[in-house]
Amino acid sequence: MTAVRTLRGPLLLTASLLVAWQLLHQWAGDTALTAPLPTLEHLWTMIGQKRFVPHVTETGLAFLQALAIAWIAGVGVGVLLGGHRLSGEVAEPILVGLYSLPKITLYPVILLLFGLGMPAKVAFGALHGIIPVVLFTMSAVRNVNRTYLRAGRSMRLTPMQMAWRILIPATLPEIFSGLRIGFSLTLLGTMLGELFASQRGLGFLLMTAIDLNDVATILAIAVLISLFAVVANTILLAIDRRLRRGSAA
Amino acid sequence: MTIVARLTDVSRIYPPRAGHAAVHALGPLSMELRAGEFFSVVGPSGCGKSTLLDVLAGLAAPSQGTAEFEGKPVNGVVPDGVGVVFQEDASFPWLTVEDNVAFGLRRLGTDAAEIRRRVDFATGFMGLRDFRRAYPSQLSGGMRQRVCIARTLVLQPRLILLDEPFGALDQQTRLLMGDELLRLWRETSATVMLITHALDEANLLSDRIGVMSARPGRFIDVVETGWPRDRDSRLAERPDFGAVTSRLWSLLRTESMLALGQGAVAAQ
Repeated sequence: MTAVRTLRGPLLLTASLLVAWQLLHQWAGDTALTAPLPTLEHLWTMIGQKRFVPHVTETGLAFLQALAIAWIAGVGVGVLLGGHRLSGEVAEPILVGLYSLPKITLYPVILLLFGLGMPAKVAFGALHGIIPVVLFTMSAVRNVNRTYLRAGRSMRLTPMQMAWRILIPATLPEIFSGLRIGFSLTLLGTMLGELFASQRGLGFLLMTAIDLNDVATILAIAVLISLFAVVANTILLAIDRRLRRGSAA
Repeated sequence: MTIVARLTDVSRIYPPRAGHAAVHALGPLSMELRAGEFFSVVGPSGCGKSTLLDVLAGLAAPSQGTAEFEGKPVNGVVPDGVGVVFQEDASFPWLTVEDNVAFGLRRLGTDAAEIRRRVDFATGFMGLRDFRRAYPSQLSGGMRQRVCIARTLVLQPRLILLDEPFGALDQQTRLLMGDELLRLWRETSATVMLITHALDEANLLSDRIGVMSARPGRFIDVVETGWPRDRDSRLAERPDFGAVTSRLWSLLRTESMLALGQGAVAAQ
């Protein structure tokens, strides 16, 4: 019963999306939008093809590297800026400015710096993802409840215990929210990076399909990426909820 | 009479910061806590009551003078045997009630059976037995403060310092928590120092009440209540109860007006 209830929302959403897609297809016709069923069939045959796999691996690898940089460096820099008040106050407006800047304008610079290929994609993906991770981590460290630290001192905790048993659990929920947003933006950045001047990857396939007006392939790739994003985001949200279980919602 | 803790000519001055002059927050003052007594500190707001507690607890070092606990100097480190309960909710939201209470013992490396035993006792004593697996967010403010008291209690402190622990609670809950605090004090035979701004509360709970002046806080008087050790909130019905509260208020009235003036100046 509960399984049905928890699945009802997502199932309804999927069903209505498919219906909307089908209706839009009826209206726009095959040249603009292929119908859901043929698209999924097309995706299935694409996945079966040998030459498709390297493109997925390329995008996957670029994304994973960019994500690792965004998460690890983001948390590291965030902790430093959160712990040092002056640096944090100087860096915050710069970071917020960068955050609101459409980073695609920097892509030519990235290409000149890193050249064509994998490094540029990774750099562009990481550039998108790292800023929210830094901002959330900085705020989490800066706003850690002083009373928890006082309570820790009153229980005579060592500095190590203070870090592991109080600082990390107290900041983790907020940092994780940053990681979640960083995940979405890194994916966006990596895909954007593949759209231009690239020879491999799902983004490259997408651009080729646009040039050939291959609507079925465009939609198949869109579906594949959406599925990945939705599944990953669902998992991250579930972890997020679990981390916040203790604190008032 | 054994002296548990002593402050000698202690003052605390916050150094000047950008745009702020140095603030002389406390003292110089001296005080002694007698073994097993319930001592309360009352004073106008901003008089340095909490600073006084911080110095005694080792959470803040005195600018001048010395603090001692059981004959040894306290210098910015909380001594073994001192427990502190704060005004703000200090229960850890990421831990269940049980894990909150066991927190200090686990860090000390106490063995599991002993932790079990002491946590059972403390949760039972504070009426938290049915909430052991709950998270603080599922509890009321009063229950959360009980978690914090239980967390201090399991460490078996010989001196318990409480910084306005019931400040955020409603009047009825305060009275009940006061009774529980008295029961805890009687049964553990610890020395208790309570910071409060509620005169009735100080009167009801204490053997002695230190009355502080406006900032920089000094003791202007120490009032002995003479109440029996076995007391509870029904003490307020006694005819001589009101006399003590009146005495506290007459001592504090001018100081409070002074503090109000300081507040107005600080706000400008």
